[in-house]
Amino acid sequence: MARIIVVTSGKGGVGKTTTSAAIAMGLAKKGFKTAVIDFDVGLRNLDLILGCERRVVYDFVNVINGEATLNQALIKDKRCNQLYILPASQTRDKDALTKEGVGKILEELSKTFKYIVCDSPAGIERGANLAMYFADDAFVVTNPEVASVRDSDRMLGILSSKSKRAENNDDPIKEYLLLSRYNPKRVKLGEMLSVEDVQDILSLHLLGVIPESKAVLSASNSGTPIILNEESNAGQAYLDIVERYLGEDKPHRFIDEDKKGLFGRLFRS
Amino acid sequence: MSLLNYFKTTKPNSAKLAKERLQILVAHERSSRNQPSYLPALQQELLQVIQKYIQIDQDAISVHFDSDDEQETLELNIVLPEPPQS
Ligand SMILES: Nc1ncnc2c1ncn2[C@@H]1O[C@H](COP(=O)(O)OP(=O)(O)O)[C@@H](O)[C@H]1O
Ligand SMILES: [Mg+2]
Repeated sequence: MARIIVVTSGKGGVGKTTTSAAIAMGLAKKGFKTAVIDFDVGLRNLDLILGCERRVVYDFVNVINGEATLNQALIKDKRCNQLYILPASQTRDKDALTKEGVGKILEELSKTFKYIVCDSPAGIERGANLAMYFADDAFVVTNPEVASVRDSDRMLGILSSKSKRAENNDDPIKEYLLLSRYNPKRVKLGEMLSVEDVQDILSLHLLGVIPESKAVLSASNSGTPIILNEESNAGQAYLDIVERYLGEDKPHRFIDEDKKGLFGRLFRS
Repeated sequence: MSLLNYFKTTKPNSAKLAKERLQILVAHERSSRNQPSYLPALQQELLQVIQKYIQIDQDAISVHFDSDDEQETLELNIVLPEPPQS
């Protein structure tokens, strides 16, 4: 049986796709067979972030419609043989995803995969609802910013009432907070909501803080999930997140400003 | 006042403001999360009926819906204006 993780947020542009690519690669590198699915029908992007855009032949909707088999559509990552990507369809048909179709694919994937990561689109429409419907765990990606926090709370309401687990009266989806694009310097200046502020409002279990990092843009420029850049703060933050999720006890990092002052900076090569 | 103090006192703590606004908003939205969609219309119509008799403001009336496994309750709160001083 696979564990299904939805990466969700409500708001767009907060880092869901970046996170999906990073944690899927992280779990795969830990040796777990992992599939990552792009639910953003019409706006495929996960393939680019994972650097496999030129290898896309069939997509999610093709499989649902029986135009391709799951094995034909899954793209095996070239860097890690435990990672497979199922790209989104570029169709403009909003109703292309069906609950039955998605359910069948997840069930089939569950037979051979250990983790299935669902990259949710923004909004609260069909794609987002189906991405979270079958989930066991939810990674709620939030930026320290009012609109993002409010939308995350809205998403929590949907997770707890509109999921399969909620409908069947099973244990609820486990919800985790991933606070992304965090800038400790601005928090210290009182310009940005702090980790504690966001936790006070959302009262979620904090899985990790991902700092705002220039390395994220260069990683997506080259189609490399940021977690593979072990030098970068953001890459390390995602590795911590994967390890915490797998049960390791790791202290939180990247919450406070880099202690190194001018001297630290001078002596750091 | 020293220069340092000057910067300290004029620095707007906008994060604090953000948190306060969010706390109020989120609490409000959570309480109305599972409320039936007819509530705003109900509130509007109630207001109109009451205004036929008493002069009250839009925000003097609040309708609150609650539900648990046992029952659903509708709580209606109307704040009447102060009686005219004689
Ligand atoms: N930690 C980060 N630091 C800097 N930029 C980031 C970070 N996380 C995401 N981004 C950038 O934010 C933008 C939106 O990210 P994306 O993952 O596509 O969000 P979503 O899938 O939620 O719409 C992208 O340009 C991405 O490079
Ligand atoms: Mg995305």
